[in-house]
Amino acid sequence: MSALTDLTLKAALDGLAAKDFSSVELTKAHLAAMEGARALNAFVLETPDEALAMAAASDARRGSGDAGALDGAPLGIKDLFCTEGVRTTAASKILGNFVPPYESTVTANLWEAGAVMLGKLNLDEFAMGSSNESSAFGPVINPWRANGSDRKLTPGGSSGGSAAAVAAGLCLAATATDTGGSIRQPAAFTGTVGIKPTYGRCSRWGVVAFASSLDQAGPIARTVEDAALMLTSMCGHDAKDSTSLDVAVPDFASFAGKSVKGLRIGVPKEYRVDGMPAEIETLWSQGIAWLKSAGCEVVEISLPHTKYALPAYYIVAPAEASSNLARYDGMRFGLREAGSNLTETYENTRASGFGEEVKRRILIGTYVLSAGYYDAYYLKALKVRRRISNDFDDAWTRCDAILTPTAPSAAFGLGENASDPVAMYLNDVFTVTVNLAGLPGLSLPAGLSSEGLPLGLQLIGKPLDEGTLFSLASVMEKAADLKARPKPWW
Amino acid sequence: MAIDVATVAKVARLSRIAEPKEALPALAEKLNGIMQWIEQLAEVDTDGVEPMTSVVAQGLPLRDDVVTDGGDAAKILANAPKADAGFFVVPKVVE
Repeated sequence: MSALTDLTLKAALDGLAAKDFSSVELTKAHLAAMEGARALNAFVLETPDEALAMAAASDARRGSGDAGALDGAPLGIKDLFCTEGVRTTAASKILGNFVPPYESTVTANLWEAGAVMLGKLNLDEFAMGSSNESSAFGPVINPWRANGSDRKLTPGGSSGGSAAAVAAGLCLAATATDTGGSIRQPAAFTGTVGIKPTYGRCSRWGVVAFASSLDQAGPIARTVEDAALMLTSMCGHDAKDSTSLDVAVPDFASFAGKSVKGLRIGVPKEYRVDGMPAEIETLWSQGIAWLKSAGCEVVEISLPHTKYALPAYYIVAPAEASSNLARYDGMRFGLREAGSNLTETYENTRASGFGEEVKRRILIGTYVLSAGYYDAYYLKALKVRRRISNDFDDAWTRCDAILTPTAPSAAFGLGENASDPVAMYLNDVFTVTVNLAGLPGLSLPAGLSSEGLPLGLQLIGKPLDEGTLFSLASVMEKAADLKARPKPWW
Repeated sequence: MAIDVATVAKVARLSRIAEPKEALPALAEKLNGIMQWIEQLAEVDTDGVEPMTSVVAQGLPLRDDVVTDGGDAAKILANAPKADAGFFVVPKVVE
């Protein structure tokens, strides 16, 4: 049955429509692949019974001729999306055995389109991390290995389970979320395609909150077209999220394969950071060359406040997190660790429920919001955020989209950046500006490192211009023509 | 603006996270490392710049102030660490 798990989402949907196979067959093949890949630790919960019931219902719909856009397609769901009746943990001990009595809007949209849920995917605790090592369930292992090495590599984070599962063929595509790079960096580390849409495209309702002004859902898939198909079904206005955009959702897949002739591509000089490996530089030049030969005009642009994006992010995101995570008090749901009085119960609950990185960010957030520091740190960061956003506004007068590397390196070894939080934060140096400005950003695999590991390039677009990103990405995907997939060792 | 042990203790208290005394020096060192790196924001000229609180170009939508949901006490209590007779059970707060 291995052939069924090698299909793209598009090919699988075509096969289902042509009745080459049933959703139950397709789902069983993926459940078997999941069972055989537990060494990757990509899933924190497998839901085979629900999956087979959903698949059978899908086959019945196909039989009666009213199939949805993703009908019968088995997907993985990042365990940050609340799923009705199915345990949702955010990879934190503090949520315990929380079983949501409601469904997130994004997953509800996917089930409305007929998709099948295979299970819940591992992530960094509360999506805080770039290596999946902060998960209470232990890290995900990247299905890719360096040539001739059996060293365990990170799939990136926070959507490491989503990226690893898609790369290893455990699901056709997966949901993910991105607050500072959590879709795009794991996509780059696993040779997959990931897009964080414009802030407000996907409803945040029912997604466990980290930093609400930055959090945005999006898909990870194996091809540009597959990511477009997923995004079309995930998006849409939702009255339950006050920042949800009331705009039409285009058929994003129709942009894949469109001509990009005449588009102006900005290359920001500030993204040539010190110590960037030569092969990333080479990959970037290669990407520029592909777009030039497709008829794009390449212009150098300046985003002068780029280097301040990460420090600003590490004020804004922890500040919002410290506020959002105040709800975990052990009273209404999740873990409770009793103390001798109410305050001690709060303190014990939060001390044993949160992991080290989450605690660190809550402390930083509380500090920068506390009396005497609010203006110096929090307000200052909000002003720098405006500067960063203005940089992009200026850039859009000169170009239609921006091309950069996704991450400053290929996937690194587990434990390699564990002792120095700032070294870990630097993974998001190229992705975080996009969250601060609310723009769409897409990562696609563009080549392999000298060690045989995937490397990604990022395309950044104007607000609501995901379509152009899909057109550009499909041109580059074709030019890169990457055939390599991780060789199963698990 | 270095974060000392007393500041970490205060912030941990504000955050309602129990941190054992012996963990505070190492935590202060980690937090200082992060805050020192953040200090570079002081270099940015932000005079007259409006703080950016939202990237959404539309205003916040309004709706009628009416009940749209409710009557789900059993569902809401289903995840409670402790519940009794339709209520959350919490530690005593009034002596």
